[in-house]
Amino acid sequence: MIVAERLTKAFDGLKAVDNVSFEVKEGQTMILLGTSGCGKTTTLKMLNRLIESDSGRVWIQGKDIFSTKPEELRRNMGYVSQNNGLFPHLTVAENIAVVPGLLKWEKSKTRQRTESLLDQLNLPYRSYAHKYPDELSGGQKQRVALARALVSDPPLLLMDEPFGALDPLTRSAIHQEFRELPELQRKTVVMVTHDMAEAFELGDQIALMHQGTIRQLGTPEELMFRPASNFVKDFFQHQRYQLELKALKLKEIWPFLSDSQELITPTLQSEQSLWEAMEWLAEKKPAVVKNELTNSLKTLSLPILQTAYQQYKDQF
Amino acid sequence: MEQTLGQFMQQQAPKLWQQTLTHTGLTCMSLLLSVLVALPLGIFIARKPKAAGVVLGIAGILQTIPSIALLGFLIPLLGIGAIPAITALFLYALLPVIRNTFTGITGVDPAITESAWGLGMNSWQVLTQVEIPLALPVILAGIRTAAVINVGVAMRRYIAAGGLGEFIFGGISLNNTHMILAGAIPAALLALAFDVVLSFVQKLSSHRLRKAAWIIPAILLLSSSAYVIPSSQQKMLAGFTPEFMGREDGYLGLTSVYKLDIPTVVISDAVMYKAAFEQKIDVISGYSTDGRLKAYDLVTLTDDKGIFPPYYAAPVVRVEVLKTYPEVEPTLNLLAGKINDSVMTELNYRVDYRKQLPEQVAREFLQSQGLLKNQETSREGKIRLGSKIFGEQYILVHMYKLLLEGYTPLSVELKTGLGGTKICFDALTHGEIDLYPEYTGTGLLTILKASTAQQKQLGPNRDRVYAFVQKEFQKKYQLQWLSPIGFNNAYALMMRRSQAQAFGIHTISDLSTYVSNHHLQP
Repeated sequence: MIVAERLTKAFDGLKAVDNVSFEVKEGQTMILLGTSGCGKTTTLKMLNRLIESDSGRVWIQGKDIFSTKPEELRRNMGYVSQNNGLFPHLTVAENIAVVPGLLKWEKSKTRQRTESLLDQLNLPYRSYAHKYPDELSGGQKQRVALARALVSDPPLLLMDEPFGALDPLTRSAIHQEFRELPELQRKTVVMVTHDMAEAFELGDQIALMHQGTIRQLGTPEELMFRPASNFVKDFFQHQRYQLELKALKLKEIWPFLSDSQELITPTLQSEQSLWEAMEWLAEKKPAVVKNELTNSLKTLSLPILQTAYQQYKDQF
Repeated sequence: MEQTLGQFMQQQAPKLWQQTLTHTGLTCMSLLLSVLVALPLGIFIARKPKAAGVVLGIAGILQTIPSIALLGFLIPLLGIGAIPAITALFLYALLPVIRNTFTGITGVDPAITESAWGLGMNSWQVLTQVEIPLALPVILAGIRTAAVINVGVAMRRYIAAGGLGEFIFGGISLNNTHMILAGAIPAALLALAFDVVLSFVQKLSSHRLRKAAWIIPAILLLSSSAYVIPSSQQKMLAGFTPEFMGREDGYLGLTSVYKLDIPTVVISDAVMYKAAFEQKIDVISGYSTDGRLKAYDLVTLTDDKGIFPPYYAAPVVRVEVLKTYPEVEPTLNLLAGKINDSVMTELNYRVDYRKQLPEQVAREFLQSQGLLKNQETSREGKIRLGSKIFGEQYILVHMYKLLLEGYTPLSVELKTGLGGTKICFDALTHGEIDLYPEYTGTGLLTILKASTAQQKQLGPNRDRVYAFVQKEFQKKYQLQWLSPIGFNNAYALMMRRSQAQAFGIHTISDLSTYVSNHHLQP
């Protein structure tokens, strides 16, 4: 879907991004993770040419991005900028209608699309369409920014610290929505964040960047359990427990769980993370997990989970 | 009978209304032009910050040039009337609009413009859909500042362009409070109206503002049309000061007595002579001994029907002083009849134009007349001389000082620059000075406030006017007019020497005949 090859960018002789290459597959979410100044935002902006790279190439759906005008390139990908970037002089509906306006859509089509998106995002059109960004909460603004990026149904979505300005509670709620939004299931997403937990919750792939280079590119699980270097290992050290629980899916510890004998409806899926399972178990107990592929059921409680998790870790 | 302000305004209503419209038109037209120029310039420097310093610097310098100096540059280039006035106003309005456009656009949150680029807007769309709408309140504040500046400036810069300044300056010159207020009140209301309307627009919330923004150029355009540029394509054009326009012994007399029917514009005294020299106007109302007459090679036309009262200069002295120091009167009268119009013009030219010191000019003149005498050594008694605040008066009092010091043992104290007639005269009657040079016409009209009937009876006759003021001053104020110095610093119509000779115009009657023979229907 998107291939970047040896992207390099220097500002005043200092290399901000140095020889960065990666590939994101159709429908996957890739996170560019790192501390500030690591070059993650520069890398993202080189993909839609908000920053022109010094050297390197990028193909999106097989097409060289330098072969089209930057404006046209950008109209075909969604972009959510840092701190939402909503236009304060336009209403919610008008903000969302910006890209359709650039693409010269019919008014009725824009309106229909806006309504359906706002409803999906739990912002009923009737009560929110005519509000100004100032009148919305942080989370609501973020959802409008998301709607604005998604309105033309672009196959690719670029997001620059989209949830950076939100408080932790709002943020985890919006993560949930983000993962479950049907609109987003099919999208290829490249997202920049400095929040490790967010990276592990949302990313299929994580590129850990430092001083302009990618130190490791892999799944959350790979980053946790097969770190490429001591740098990668140390980077996650102080949040390791939480991140591991987020990285690990129930299916990974499947062999360490015992089969369920009870004939009750399963409450968890094997694709969910240990973190989510723990959140569930903290309230209700016990639970039954279903594995879609093997169509088997396993019983789960907090002690069982802890033991299985330890057994999994002992493998490395 | 004293007229009230209301009556005055009612009587002048058509003219007042016309001038208010003209004033609005001048302001709006210059404002519209400056917005048309300053907005793109402001946008340009917002995009190219390297140019910002230069552009803002130039606009800032324009702002600091005094209006009269600016008009001095513009008149040779653009003539007089609406065009230089609008140009000057336009230049003054540039800075606030450029600066606020620049500040407004560069002040837009970069995160917002970045997201506009990121959504796929091109440069023009970012500017028109995001930057300008967001900068609009700041830009409007700039336009508002410019509008209020322009209403005020349009008042000061009257160069035959019309406007309420004609009332205000005419009123100041004629010491007519009603006339000043009749101009100042509408001007103040106009400034307030501009400010209120624009501040209302500015306070509209940003989304409504976007919809209302187009109304402003529309209003400006409409209001501009209120101002019809006076045509100046006539063969002969007169430029008169606002004071002259309002006087019976001025423009009113010219039309009623001489039947002079000449296209006329109102112009400031400061630029009038130069404008005549530059051939922008042909006939002006000056003072017959003004040094600029010589500087610009102008000639005065003979007042053959005698509408201008004589303004013969003579020292006015307190009777008490003449009694205490009997030697003063013969000494001051040494100068009587010694200076005619052309000599006084020459002396004024040396002071006003060649920038020679009044004292030096006075000394050299007395020397050439053989009147300069060395100072007597012993000093006894003191006499205080006053003067109004212009060159001719300075020259005269310096002559009196030299004479008194040479011919009497009195010591002399100078109190020059006592402002206008009223200050000088009050100082004399309160015994703060002992004498100052005054003009018979001023004595008659400004101090004695002679009635129209009295003026008619006296006519332009020099001796009768002199006798009248001498008698009245003695009776009312115990002041004595000594013998006239000789010259008559009266109102006069002036033309360029070359033109007057070419057309054979020597008197005002000649001019009137010439104009009516060559009258062009507009």
